[in-house]
Amino acid sequence: MKSIIILILLFLQSSHILASEEIYLEKAPIDLSDQPSLQKGARTFINYCLNCHSAKYMRYNKLLDIGLSKKDIKDNLLFTGKKIGDPMEISMPVSESKKWFGAAPPDLSVVARSRGSDWIYSYMKGFYRDRSREIGWNNLVYANSAMPHILWELQGEQGLDEKTGKLTLMKAGKLNQKEYDAVIADLTNYITFMSEPDKLKRKKMGFYAVGFLLLLLLLTIKLKKEFWRDVK
Amino acid sequence: MANKSKKVDLNRRRFLVTATSVTGAIGVTSLGVPFVSSMLPSEKAKAAGASVEVDVSNVKQGKVLTTEWRGQPVWILNRSDKMLKSLKTSPKKLADPNLEVSSQQPKYCQNKTRSIKPNMLVIVGICTHLGCSPSPRLLPKGDMGENWEGGFFCPCHGSKFDLAGRVFKGSPAPTNLVVPPHKYLNDNIIIIGEDSEEEA
Amino acid sequence: MTKKNDTQNSTGFIGWIDERFPLSSFIKNHLTGYYAPKNFNFWYLFGALALFVFVMQILTGIFLTMHYKPDAEQAFASVEYIMRDVSFGWLIRYMHSTGSSLFFVVIYLHMFKSLMYGSYQKPRELLWIFGVAIFLALMAEAFFGYLLPWGQMSYWGAQVIVNLFATVPFIGPDLAEWVRGDYLISDATLNRFFAFHVIALPLALAGLIFTHLIALHEVGSNNPDGIEIKDYKDKKTGIPLDGIPFHPYYTVKDLVGLTVFLIVFASIIFFAPEMGGYFLEANNFVPADPLVTPSHIAPVWYFTPFYSILRAVPPILNSQFPGVAAMGLSVLIFAFVPWLDKSPVRSIRYKGILFKKWLGAFVISFIVLGYLGTVPSTIWGQFPSILPLLGGSDVATVVARIFTIIYFLFFFLMPVYSKKSITKPVPKRVTMK
Repeated sequence: MKSIIILILLFLQSSHILASEEIYLEKAPIDLSDQPSLQKGARTFINYCLNCHSAKYMRYNKLLDIGLSKKDIKDNLLFTGKKIGDPMEISMPVSESKKWFGAAPPDLSVVARSRGSDWIYSYMKGFYRDRSREIGWNNLVYANSAMPHILWELQGEQGLDEKTGKLTLMKAGKLNQKEYDAVIADLTNYITFMSEPDKLKRKKMGFYAVGFLLLLLLLTIKLKKEFWRDVK
Repeated sequence: MANKSKKVDLNRRRFLVTATSVTGAIGVTSLGVPFVSSMLPSEKAKAAGASVEVDVSNVKQGKVLTTEWRGQPVWILNRSDKMLKSLKTSPKKLADPNLEVSSQQPKYCQNKTRSIKPNMLVIVGICTHLGCSPSPRLLPKGDMGENWEGGFFCPCHGSKFDLAGRVFKGSPAPTNLVVPPHKYLNDNIIIIGEDSEEEA
Repeated sequence: MTKKNDTQNSTGFIGWIDERFPLSSFIKNHLTGYYAPKNFNFWYLFGALALFVFVMQILTGIFLTMHYKPDAEQAFASVEYIMRDVSFGWLIRYMHSTGSSLFFVVIYLHMFKSLMYGSYQKPRELLWIFGVAIFLALMAEAFFGYLLPWGQMSYWGAQVIVNLFATVPFIGPDLAEWVRGDYLISDATLNRFFAFHVIALPLALAGLIFTHLIALHEVGSNNPDGIEIKDYKDKKTGIPLDGIPFHPYYTVKDLVGLTVFLIVFASIIFFAPEMGGYFLEANNFVPADPLVTPSHIAPVWYFTPFYSILRAVPPILNSQFPGVAAMGLSVLIFAFVPWLDKSPVRSIRYKGILFKKWLGAFVISFIVLGYLGTVPSTIWGQFPSILPLLGGSDVATVVARIFTIIYFLFFFLMPVYSKKSITKPVPKRVTMK
């Protein structure tokens, strides 16, 4: 038994070693119950991301869950000709986008589940100027990413310090760093929400389900004890 | 563990069996809800079945426009005065002239013409018998015989409807054709599948 | 069995049925009149739980099949459709994905119980072999099912496993092509895996579970003391003195265990359905792409002990087949345990320290191999190159090799140590702990 515990401890430790070898990811401040944040994130997503990336498994009317009204969605977020029940698709054909970017921008519906929220958060903060590349940008989190810095007007231009491997702001953007971080936090929050829109509902149901089962457990224990008084 | 000598308390036992069974049954039933509801129309189906906008400015008097809502044909018929007059002639021949089966039309169409604007009939072109699509026989007489005043005729089993979609007595179809929920966005545009009552 | 057969004295509706269908006698033979040893402990819960999970998997599977599309173009999207557009689809999907992992948890514990208490020994050899067959069918079922979400892990996991067939000498490549129905894992593969997953193997499993239960009720249950309760019967009634009717005593006991299990089950479904990437892997949220292999592919956790064995065996004469053969053997060897164990006693309680040590070593190697199968073989780095023999080789690979050897020695040496291990005297009647 003891040896098993030691072994388990050994494994836990080794997984830390594994993690430290990977790129450092900043913890994304995710709060799925923060509706104003999700709404801001949704606007950023639709205004900036949804031009090249689709989110084809996400329907616009799911935005009702984060406190937006039907009218709000229709008037401000829906592309013309779309209906509120439609998924977030884009009109750019894959062949066209491949020509522009070299790779088709991936669908972002479940990207928070494949890459993780921290990755998205760090990635969106990790763009820097790289004149050696055709698109003019590179990324600290995902080297040689095919995606240019879409939000550079907001963030400004970062440069990579070759020695420390850290990014520094070279040219200021419309927002200061704190404001930019907040925009990215909201955006990441929204993308995380979108990857599993029913997550909060799921957790809420979980409390009822487990609570109910605990009650059932109490009864079954009593029932078992009552019958097992016969045995022996 | 020396409980052997103790008398079995049958009442307590019965109570616990009942309590556990009832609680268990509640659990199984509530688990059944998600399974049953998973068979309802999904968000995709709901989106596909959402309301449609139709421009009716080009539908001339006496003409019919066929459009689609939830995969069903919907006819929009601009009835002429003569056609409207035909509705009054023969209530005795109809199975439900006074629209007593209220499920067949929204409340605001429970009137003599079964429509919002008297001349504009909006109706689902699916026979209430077995779901065939009747064909318009808008003009009197013709192949429908001397007494025909215009209406719809279902080729499958011969159900006949008048120009308000009301079924004639003796037809296999039990009820009048369905008037779908609809409203006027403006004079020219009808939204089918949505009415002013349920707008959130 | 020796009890007088008072079959038909029921009346009313039940009587009407009994004249036409053996309902009462069935209930009697398998529930109210099936006498199980009264000293079952915690470990005897998992058989019933396995049956429960099987039923849940069938039920949730049926409802998933209503929405899933076995088509390479649509499979991934249809899973997301279930997760989002179908009312409560996410719940049903999580029940199914969590259920598959917990099925293996329960089965592994159930198998461990049998190893501990010698439940495979005479006269239960066939019962055990049916069990091994269920385990094999379950592995196949899980493997076929894992391709269906059509994510990157689904795709490349299937690619690796199907390529194992390609290592078979002479016919290998043709065999792999036949399994795939294409030159790569494709729509054709998905379609046939779907057929296996939703009909062929569930049918086989149902049949095997049925025979497993019939065999169990024929020979009667073993117990933690590993003795036959049938040896001491009440002279008048013929009922084993240490036996109690399965119903109500074990039904109410199993209900407690089932509820605890359901609490675990629900907690995972509602609070951690990915289970840290072990039940649902992050890479499987990326649609399958035949042109891009993920940087790290590992099977789902329940296959990793066997996968580790596959990786641990070095290629011989440029052939991977020895590794594949070792992996196959590591599963099939369970079937021979009834004849490998030469111990005069069944239960570990009376088997002596030597057997206990070997069983412990086996469990540890199973866990270590399981862990190593989930990580890249470079995880623990390399031995310094100055070391003789080991220098430069991956630490994890060497560790996996050592534990692979222990894994097999547990079986190969069993005839020796089980015979040698000094046993304690076995009681005549069961003990309650």
